[in-house]
Amino acid sequence: MTEKHSFGNEPITCHAFNRDRTQVAISSSSNQVHIYALKGGAWEKVYELNEHASRVTSIDWAAQSNRIVTCAADRNAYVWQRDSAGDWKPTLVILRINRAATCVAWSPDENKFAVGSGARLISVCYFEEQNDWWVSKHIKKPIRSTVTCLAWHPNNVLLAAGSSDFKCRVFSTYIKDIDKKPDATPWGTKMPFAELMLELNTSNDCGGGWVHGVSFSPSGNKLAWVAHDSSISVADPANNPIPVTLNTDFLPFRCVQFVNENSIAVAGFDYCPMLFSCNRGINFVRKLDQSEKKEAGKLSHGNPDGDEYMSAAAALQKFKTIDNKAAVDGSETVLNTIHQNAISQLSIHSGSRDQVTKLCTTGIDGLLVIWDLKGLEQSMAAMRV
Amino acid sequence: MSKSTLSTQFRKVDVDEYNEDNYTEDVDQTQEDAGPNESEVNSYLMQAKNLDALQVVLKNPPVHSKNQQTKDRALELVIRVLLSFKSSDIEPAVKSLDKDTIDTLMKYIYRGFENPSEKSSAVLLQWHDKASEIGGLGSIIRVLTDRKRV
Repeated sequence: MTEKHSFGNEPITCHAFNRDRTQVAISSSSNQVHIYALKGGAWEKVYELNEHASRVTSIDWAAQSNRIVTCAADRNAYVWQRDSAGDWKPTLVILRINRAATCVAWSPDENKFAVGSGARLISVCYFEEQNDWWVSKHIKKPIRSTVTCLAWHPNNVLLAAGSSDFKCRVFSTYIKDIDKKPDATPWGTKMPFAELMLELNTSNDCGGGWVHGVSFSPSGNKLAWVAHDSSISVADPANNPIPVTLNTDFLPFRCVQFVNENSIAVAGFDYCPMLFSCNRGINFVRKLDQSEKKEAGKLSHGNPDGDEYMSAAAALQKFKTIDNKAAVDGSETVLNTIHQNAISQLSIHSGSRDQVTKLCTTGIDGLLVIWDLKGLEQSMAAMRV
Repeated sequence: MSKSTLSTQFRKVDVDEYNEDNYTEDVDQTQEDAGPNESEVNSYLMQAKNLDALQVVLKNPPVHSKNQQTKDRALELVIRVLLSFKSSDIEPAVKSLDKDTIDTLMKYIYRGFENPSEKSSAVLLQWHDKASEIGGLGSIIRVLTDRKRV
């Protein structure tokens, strides 16, 4: 049900799947992006994208056009395209930023992509056929600090950006030659390029923390974001001019994703993805990680008769830990959750945007875990007496 | 090795100093919070109505006030109220507060930790224990990240 894959001991900075989820592009705190293919249930490295001069901060894989865009701390972004021989060929995109790029996302129609950066601006890039290169246009005002996260609205024009100036903003990225004129949305009607449609705070006053993650609902009418003050906020401008905020008891979340029109999945420093519903206020639904005490800690396995016996491996483990750490209990270093360290990115694995069936999380522990939402729902229903 | 490799002074240079887009805190705070009502709190304390005193003293935290004295007076008042509780009364008192008030209480507790005196630390630790049971780690995170400081 829950699949767990390890990609080494280095933190996974960012990941992106291809359209049918048979390949994944992963960067583990380095200048390189490795592409793994699923072969018989395990991930095997098939390619290395080696062009960036410093740490890759974000990757996005366009599902339909099969292009990968990567951005890094070297202030560049590359668009990678697969040629006839199966090699990935990079094309440099001049972003014209003087600080590191932090996040990148293809638009839903994949004709442009947006890059957030520490230069307090967003670079929206599109391909100009005439000159055969990628052109970037900047959105500067009124962003006052690093852009930490981006999310596209399904209409391909509106872009939400969370920033470390504690605010979440919705901009229009309408480009005359590329986009069709968008219809009116709850976010506004007139949408010239770089127009700030809405600026939102985490809680109504300026308290709050850096915005870590932002996500539009499948219809685009709601926007959810998570901030470092352990809050989750949802804005629904059609029904309510003021966003709803929930201050949670958990450690802050780093990423958020709508799994259907009324539910959001969040994950972060609590090592465990959680589901919240945002219908009529934000309410906790459940944690996705239902694991109990790890197997490593179980020294005895009960057999059907109720007698307990120790397996040889468990006994060896026990004496090893007594030897090395003077520990009596063997399970001290393994936590109860599947992820052993903070989760940094959450993405949709299976299902449509309206009804996500599987989610994928990657974390600082080098693990990639795929969570089965449908399976979890069924098992929770079964557990209810 | 040359001398320059040893110096890390370059890390202290502010590269954004001459950048006109520099981030400045929002300066449009015109609200002046007066802080909790002292006389009301004092009267409750004298009548030994600790619970009411607690509710009142946590109600208008001087978060927007620029005046450090207002904040200090509010802190002293809060600490006085917290110290007036018996150990067994702390838990029901915390349970009677709502989420936002617990966040405010946590902020005061941590401020109280900054200036420890003989009696206050132990009592504050008990308050911290009970408040964090209900507020969770989130309330502590908000003490650190909320720019509305008490």
